[in-house]
Amino acid sequence: MIPSAFDYAAPTTVEEALGLLAAADSAGDDVKVLAGGQSLLPVMKLRMADPSMVVDLGRITGLSGVTDDGDSLTIGAMTPHHVVASDPLIARHLPLLAKAAATVADPQVRHRGTFGGALVHADPAGDMPAPVLAMGATLVIAGPNGERSVDAADFFQGYFTTAVREGEILTRIRVPKFTGWGAHYEKFTRVSQQWSIVGIAAMVRVEGGTIAEARLGLTNMASTPLRATAVEQALAGAALTAEAIAAACLHAAEGTEPASDLNGDAEYRRHLAQVLAKRAVLAAAGL
Amino acid sequence: MTATTEVGGPGAGRAEVGKARLRKEDRHLITGRSRFTDNMVLPGMLHLAMVRSPYAHAKITAIDVSAAKASPGVMAVLTGADVAAEQGSLPNAWPITPDQKAPAHGAIAVEEVAFAGEVVAVIVARTPAAARDAVELVDVSYDELPVVMDLEEAFTDKVLAHSSLESNKSATWVFDSAEAGTGSSVQEAIDNAEVLIERTFYQQRLIPAFMEPRSTVVDPTGEQITVWTSTQIPHILRLMLALTLGIPESKVRVIAPDVGGGFGGKLQVTPEEAITVLAARRTGKPCKYTETRSESLQAGHHGRAQVQRLKLSATRDGTVTGLSVNLLADMGAYLGLVTSGIPILGAFMYNSIYKFPAYRFECNNVFTNKTWTDAYRGAGRPEATFAIERLMDELATELGMDPLAVREKNWIRHEEFPFATVAGLEYDTGNYEAATSKAVELFDYQGLRAEQKRRRESNDPIQLGIGVSTFTEMCGLAPSRVLGSLSYGAGGWEHAQVRVLPTGNIEVVTGSSAHGQGHETAWSQLVADRLGVPFENVEVLHGDTQISQRGLDTYGSRSLTVGGMAVLAAADKVIEKAKVVAAHMMEASEEDIEFTAGSFSVKGTDTSTSLGEIALATFAAHNLPDGFEPNLDSDATFDPVNFSYPHGTHLAAMEVDTETGRVSIRKYVCVDDVGVVVNPMLVEGQVHGGLAQGIAQALYEEAVYDDAGTLVTGSFVDYLVPGAPDLPHYITARTETPATSNQLGAKGVGEAGTIASTPAIVNGILDAVRHLGVKDIKMPCTPSRVWHALQAAQTTGGVQ
Repeated sequence: MIPSAFDYAAPTTVEEALGLLAAADSAGDDVKVLAGGQSLLPVMKLRMADPSMVVDLGRITGLSGVTDDGDSLTIGAMTPHHVVASDPLIARHLPLLAKAAATVADPQVRHRGTFGGALVHADPAGDMPAPVLAMGATLVIAGPNGERSVDAADFFQGYFTTAVREGEILTRIRVPKFTGWGAHYEKFTRVSQQWSIVGIAAMVRVEGGTIAEARLGLTNMASTPLRATAVEQALAGAALTAEAIAAACLHAAEGTEPASDLNGDAEYRRHLAQVLAKRAVLAAAGL
Repeated sequence: MTATTEVGGPGAGRAEVGKARLRKEDRHLITGRSRFTDNMVLPGMLHLAMVRSPYAHAKITAIDVSAAKASPGVMAVLTGADVAAEQGSLPNAWPITPDQKAPAHGAIAVEEVAFAGEVVAVIVARTPAAARDAVELVDVSYDELPVVMDLEEAFTDKVLAHSSLESNKSATWVFDSAEAGTGSSVQEAIDNAEVLIERTFYQQRLIPAFMEPRSTVVDPTGEQITVWTSTQIPHILRLMLALTLGIPESKVRVIAPDVGGGFGGKLQVTPEEAITVLAARRTGKPCKYTETRSESLQAGHHGRAQVQRLKLSATRDGTVTGLSVNLLADMGAYLGLVTSGIPILGAFMYNSIYKFPAYRFECNNVFTNKTWTDAYRGAGRPEATFAIERLMDELATELGMDPLAVREKNWIRHEEFPFATVAGLEYDTGNYEAATSKAVELFDYQGLRAEQKRRRESNDPIQLGIGVSTFTEMCGLAPSRVLGSLSYGAGGWEHAQVRVLPTGNIEVVTGSSAHGQGHETAWSQLVADRLGVPFENVEVLHGDTQISQRGLDTYGSRSLTVGGMAVLAAADKVIEKAKVVAAHMMEASEEDIEFTAGSFSVKGTDTSTSLGEIALATFAAHNLPDGFEPNLDSDATFDPVNFSYPHGTHLAAMEVDTETGRVSIRKYVCVDDVGVVVNPMLVEGQVHGGLAQGIAQALYEEAVYDDAGTLVTGSFVDYLVPGAPDLPHYITARTETPATSNQLGAKGVGEAGTIASTPAIVNGILDAVRHLGVKDIKMPCTPSRVWHALQAAQTTGGVQ
């Protein structure tokens, strides 16, 4: 478990980091950005990734933490999962995010691994992309030409691929508040600490006896996280009953393209999506 | 008729035996003051990295090592061709038949590789990083050959795992009770069967997954070659390295320092150990090799991997009349130390606790292009126990009987011991009634059956099943004569030495070296009681062939029943020697000396002296009887006359979520009878760990290869070892029916939990979903497999 030799830089500002990336790019170096290192370092040790240079964002101040912007929260890309899981502002306004972050890997990984790192890594079985997609977050990316903002719907582009281009860094994530919404992240694994076989991120806004609005994100049902739009539409205005929710969630596998692997084939995953969506929505609605 | 008591019975009167002492070895193990092999650093030590074949079957056509040799820090690169003359063939010590076929097995492949992960070259460098970097620079040219991965396909010989062999069949081994004179003809039993249960079960391939990866340090400087290695078998390894590499045995010293688990996976003479010796000899420098976890999963030996074709005959009242077992056993690519004998260890256990009269066992050992298999916790006996316990449930289902009632109808009653079994063993003691009734009570069997009925009737999405497993095993390996009759290459005795130091402190030297079990604590308790000295005054030395010169090491739940007995025998000899000195000191005759609680007294007087005083007087040697050698040290070697037969009843309440296929363990009760217990805490730990590994086979673990021969489960991301959060709170209890095969009455506990739990879990799952039409589910019973089984049952109206 020894990686190949590589150059290492630990800039203290985003500008410096971008400069290093640009210089490495023009020199033809294969450069990787290190956030929490919980995915990058294992693949380097297995020599599945072999960068000639690693730019460590760990010493840049201002990339971590949660701020209240009124209608939204802004979360620094370097905020560790355990902060996302335990921050009071996130718990109050973005309960779905807190619940999903609490299911990531194990305590050690949650203390080292970062929110932004997980989003840029974009593992289809990772737990953070689906809630970010479901909440319609905006991802702020710094690059050589300044900052640009990308909607979550455009951010996740494929298997381990995002809108972040070479020479760019994800700096923060802006998420509109969902204060008062019920939320639940239903993660299905075979052992307690495992990537999701299927995960469902669900939020509902209940008014009186009906579901006024619902948002669902699906983990590991395609090469990118997906919105379960058919379920969301079926739930909007539906009665707050187990039967209505179960009926709506039969749409959960529509438009999905799950992979087959040792943990289950695509047919099983499509079935799981329906069952887990029902359970996630029931839990989010407090039923 | 055997006496059975609840825990605390026979041991209660003793000071140490029976006491739940904390482990004396834990202080250094849990405070980082441990001495694992990889912690060893020697002056000038070089580091090894292996170049391994990515192909499961290929001819090596060329190896270009020039770039690797030129890489900074690299001192040597050795290929198979470089060491062909000296590497010999790694040993198989258990040729089960005279005509057993096996390919030559050099530590480094020379012409052909037969599994992915086989070593083709080794880098020797100044640092681990330099060695690892140079691995990438070795250019090996391969001509790929067809691979045979599936065991049943391999048996057909359509594709050969080795070009050098004409067949994939290594050996066929048969036991027939009619021929052996231990019972009647199975064919007759089957022909006359009122009920015939025919099933095929698959024992998936497992990986031992010990916590400490294997590591070896070899120091070739000085007169001897010293080998530190993470092994269960320092003594056997010493002999085998000497024989394999052509080094005089007296020139090899093997040390097993702290060893972090083995589970059979370190009961091996590994290619990597031999290669490290070769590299150290070649360079004249100390060399270290420590495997990565990926290498460990890929190239450490695997376990299980059998197809079991079974026929059980019975009468309509549930009396079993015969059992026929036809086994395919996957050897993988080579025969390791005891690879070929593993299925044979199971041959004697298919009849388990039952007394049916006819039995036939046939095993075909078959090569495939996978990592070779060998001992893994239970070794042959879990497979056998799974088969018979699943069959007993199938029989109960067929007859509409309660699974416990079917077992009781067939098991050996406690008044029938000693009992000569149809497989040719003699069970000395046992009380299946006592263990079962205690388990039933702790489990609330009737209450859970009632709940099961309610859930079925209400069509609850969570269905409940009860899994039963009543098991026994043969352990305390083993009587040397029996091993001889099975063509095993060595005996099964164990050696111990007890030395009394001038201060009266005791040194115990044992040939049975622990790798996590707690021998130092247990042996101290044994000797403290026997010699009447404080527990703290006993030091246990082991795991170094220069300190513990003789031994046959640790496996097969043998340490206490064989090694512990040797310790006691040596302690008894110390007492006899000390009596001579005591009589001389107190001017009495030897016959009048009585020994109790560390004190030697003259019968009928108040004159006495302590072991410590005798030790000092012996050391000074100023006034000893004429001709008495001035020491109290004693050696003893114990060879058991019989195996020991732990048994128990395990009950698992399994919940199956029919919507997702997820299975969870609602309640797990086990009542084990391991005979007399020296330290209940150590026993509890062994039971817990054993259960975890048995449950892992039922639910989680499987070594999976793709069609090309690559191990897909090559890391812990895919090879799922359950952790504490995945396992239930166990309800454990014991009954205590002392073994009569050893003075201590102990039976062994290392493998019990693993053997018993797998069928309990699977029986429980099937009991939960059988009424929905599910007949069987392959292990591991993953949510996906359970759900698909339910789907298939639904769409085919109950026939899967």
